[in-house]
Amino acid sequence: MNQFTISGSPHVHGEESTKKIMYSVVIAMLPMFLVSIYFFGLNALRVVAISVASCLLIEWLIQKYMIKGPNTISDGSALVTGMLLAFNVPANIPWWMLVIGAAVSIGIAKMSFGGLGKNPFNPALVGRVFMLISFPVAMTTWPVPHPVFSNTVLDAVTGPTPLGILKEGLAQGLTVEEITKNIDYIDFLIGNRGGSLAEMCAIAILIGGLFLIIRRVIDWQTPVIIIATVAIIAGICWLINPAQYVNPLYHILSGGLLLGAFFMATDMVTTPMTMGGKIVFSIGVGALTIIIRLWGAYPEGMSFAILIMNAFVPLINKGFKPKRFGVVKK
Amino acid sequence: MNPIKTFPKGGVHPEENKLSSDRPIERFPIPKQVIIPLGQCLGAPAEVIVNKGDTVKTGQLIGTAKGFISANVHSSVSGKVAKIDEVMDHTGYRKPAVFIDVEGDEWAEGIDTSDTIIRDITLSREEIIERVKTHGIVGMGGATFPTYVKLSIPKDKKADFVIINAAECEPYLTCDNRLLLERAEQFLIGVKILMKAVDAPKALIGIEKNKIDAARYLDKMIKSDSYYNGIEVQLLKTKYPQGGEKQLIKATTGREVPSGKLPIETGCVVVNVASTYAIYEAVQKNKPLISRIVTVTGKSLKRPANLEVRIGTPANLLIEACGGLPEDTANVINGGPMMGKSVSVTDFPVIKGTSGILMLNVKDAQPRTVGNCIRCGKCIQACPMGLEPYYLCRVSRQKDFESTESHNIMDCIECGSCEFTCPANIPLLDYIRFGKAKTGQIIRSRNQK
Amino acid sequence: MNGVLLYSLIVLGVMGGILAIILYFIAQKFKVEENPLIDEVESALAGANCGGCGYAGCRNFAEACVKAAAEKKSLAGLHCPSSDMQKVADILQLTVEAEEPKIAVVRCNGSCENAPSKVHYEGADICAFANTLYAGENGCPNGCLGLGDCVKACPFDAIHIDGVTGLPVVDPERCVACGACTKVCPRNIIEIRPRGKNDRRVYVSCMNVEKGAIAMKNCKVSCIGCQKCFKTCPFEAIEMRGNLAYIDPAKCKSCRKCVEVCPRGSIIEVNFPPRKPKEENKESVNNEVKN
Repeated sequence: MNQFTISGSPHVHGEESTKKIMYSVVIAMLPMFLVSIYFFGLNALRVVAISVASCLLIEWLIQKYMIKGPNTISDGSALVTGMLLAFNVPANIPWWMLVIGAAVSIGIAKMSFGGLGKNPFNPALVGRVFMLISFPVAMTTWPVPHPVFSNTVLDAVTGPTPLGILKEGLAQGLTVEEITKNIDYIDFLIGNRGGSLAEMCAIAILIGGLFLIIRRVIDWQTPVIIIATVAIIAGICWLINPAQYVNPLYHILSGGLLLGAFFMATDMVTTPMTMGGKIVFSIGVGALTIIIRLWGAYPEGMSFAILIMNAFVPLINKGFKPKRFGVVKK
Repeated sequence: MNPIKTFPKGGVHPEENKLSSDRPIERFPIPKQVIIPLGQCLGAPAEVIVNKGDTVKTGQLIGTAKGFISANVHSSVSGKVAKIDEVMDHTGYRKPAVFIDVEGDEWAEGIDTSDTIIRDITLSREEIIERVKTHGIVGMGGATFPTYVKLSIPKDKKADFVIINAAECEPYLTCDNRLLLERAEQFLIGVKILMKAVDAPKALIGIEKNKIDAARYLDKMIKSDSYYNGIEVQLLKTKYPQGGEKQLIKATTGREVPSGKLPIETGCVVVNVASTYAIYEAVQKNKPLISRIVTVTGKSLKRPANLEVRIGTPANLLIEACGGLPEDTANVINGGPMMGKSVSVTDFPVIKGTSGILMLNVKDAQPRTVGNCIRCGKCIQACPMGLEPYYLCRVSRQKDFESTESHNIMDCIECGSCEFTCPANIPLLDYIRFGKAKTGQIIRSRNQK
Repeated sequence: MNGVLLYSLIVLGVMGGILAIILYFIAQKFKVEENPLIDEVESALAGANCGGCGYAGCRNFAEACVKAAAEKKSLAGLHCPSSDMQKVADILQLTVEAEEPKIAVVRCNGSCENAPSKVHYEGADICAFANTLYAGENGCPNGCLGLGDCVKACPFDAIHIDGVTGLPVVDPERCVACGACTKVCPRNIIEIRPRGKNDRRVYVSCMNVEKGAIAMKNCKVSCIGCQKCFKTCPFEAIEMRGNLAYIDPAKCKSCRKCVEVCPRGSIIEVNFPPRKPKEENKESVNNEVKN
């Protein structure tokens, strides 16, 4: 006979758990992972494996020897961070850079604040931005996608991303039309373009995102508003001066916008709690992204935009409270 | 019937598990000894008026209400007072109680024990309320608030609606459902009595959609007889906490009880199904509240049932009658799984507020591993009162009772939707209850100054 | 390039200078005149803001000391349990009478062994909440709940839950008898008592007020109100509070007669030298407490 358990009500619990949420995100990232293996072959596998392994190891070490708390690596959050970090770097990144990035992600951005749920900034993005600033060459030299089934040997060849092409071209005084004349948007959709490991294939990202929305892990509003904000601002500029500004579709499908909108700007820990707050956050991310892309020094602004908006989250949480029951506005 | 309604914000949908919804109400035999606690309602316990060795009859008054919020206690059996002592209630604390050794079942004079249904309401408004008061009727959904206080409407207020809480939004519990199906006529007369007592032109019976049989049955009865004019059945979405007083008012009438105010502010009086039935018995049959229907249930229990039990019957007898305590019981709950209280011992006596005895098995009541808050905001979405449970939990834990007050912790109805939905398994409601109790103390001591 | 550098330097320098001047004037204008003695007294205090003196914090206490020194020329009624009052008195050029040293005493011995658990608690680790929920894992409605509200309240890290017994243990080295733990304990188990002569003291380690027969069921070392100690005490230091004995520390002469007669072992002696061999069995209780 068991001893009775005494606990405060409620005595039953819903199906949801942190673990389930985290592994849902992992499942949602699998299509991207498969696409990246298709394009980059073993290199993709190598990057993801190193990143995930070092994230898990660093979390385990810190939890065991510095925090001296229970083992938390099985909750899946380090796995998610590791995968996201891997997806945000070029496929040919040296392993030691990746390990440093993982150490920054987990060690500095997450564990130094107390672990899961306490970090103000998205760990994977902190790691990525740290790498981008520390190793600018390695982080902006992208291998050209090379489907594993094609016979051509292309491994060593690198190429710029669509946004890089655009920025370079504009700097050289070319018009948008001249730069984008060879662009085929189908390639964007399936991911046959330069870029980080898994940010290129729009279809894979959309499948994963849709899964998360159906699973109710993320709200559809966040990605939709981010994309819409980018599209609107880019669209206005494009209408004003099509020679200087590229069309909004180009912006939506290029760079890390989709990956960020579905997987990073929806991270529960570092985003606002209420729907009102989430909407403001999303508009902020979208606007900052396109501002950095159009007028900033970097060709891509998604990571920076999310990190900047992360900093505003406590303020947004203060400002956007849920509507209370029994309080009628007069 | 009107289209299905619900309250607008928050709520959760736990697994319903209405295992005993097709089990008819059984009269549970009178035990050898009953233990009648004197404190059976919210507020002050009653004062005992019998002595050891006295002979009492069924329905005889044995404890008188002390203070405004308190209720009379009656003997539920006939026999001899064995002792007046303390009994361990479901919490494990000892509370004063009257122990009565049962001898036969002789009813006190003036109580109509026949099964005839009396439809004519002869008593006046004041007499009805007085009857509800003297016969010890309390809210039988679990909160045990004395019903006469609710029915005594302040002079400057007017009741537009009597709302009958038939939502039974707690999973597992089926006692109200069975009562509606089996004693519909008595129940509806009870509703008429309530309408007369508070002088309300309309009564709404709020029923969740998972009890569609009962709703249809009542609707048919109401429509076939002009005697029931003014009563309406309102189907509600199956969503917890639909039966919360404020949520029910919002769902049925669209009115919102202002924060910190009582339901009568919106012209509504909410009464539970079992209490309505008890009011019928008290007013028409002069029968005090001495028995109630208890759902004894649990997934591993051999024979879940709805039992009509005399107040004071030890709960373990009910469990035995339903097949005994299952081997894999993790905790036994007095009430439903969302708002009931876990018990330390199973031999606590059934009281007026015991709506169910639930045996949760090990699988459903797994030991919780508490994680960190991942700030997912699910608790905010689930809170029907529009509060921020994660924040209230945090500041309560830090004993920052200024923040709890400024973030309206006193609005919390303790429904537990936040804790139910929390992916990190944080005992949010435990901390919030603690914070709410402390904040309440601070506010009261400030108001006294 | 140099021009830019110079320009920045000048602009920043000028801005810094102007702001510094503004700050200086604002500081002058809003200066609060305070008795410097308050700061001095405050620095002599422990600074734990424990509330043991009855004031909200050390600062308030320091203010009260300075005020009392100026008005009454005495520190009567003002006592900080956690710091040296002599230092405070020296600063204010007054004298203080040494207070009897005190210590927090946990009056429950319902360890896992003495009072086995009957149910198992899961939920918030707050005694004050658990107290509203149930009587306790061992069923004693007056016993320690073991969730450590006292531990969290202690500003001196002087009280800890023993992993084996599940009960709080006071560290006599660290405890200053500020009373923070006594205020938070929902069952009023912790009492501030005089440390006693040579740090030796005797107390009833039980708070159970239930009748003897019931008290006996839940715990091996509960006071059952048998009054043996009450009748034995030669100094009338023991009073019966219902079914519970209480030793008045002001009257107790530490003769330990009550310890010998208690049939339940609920009276505890601390720091006494070991007795003659025949009473070895009681020593085990002793050692447990000393640790």
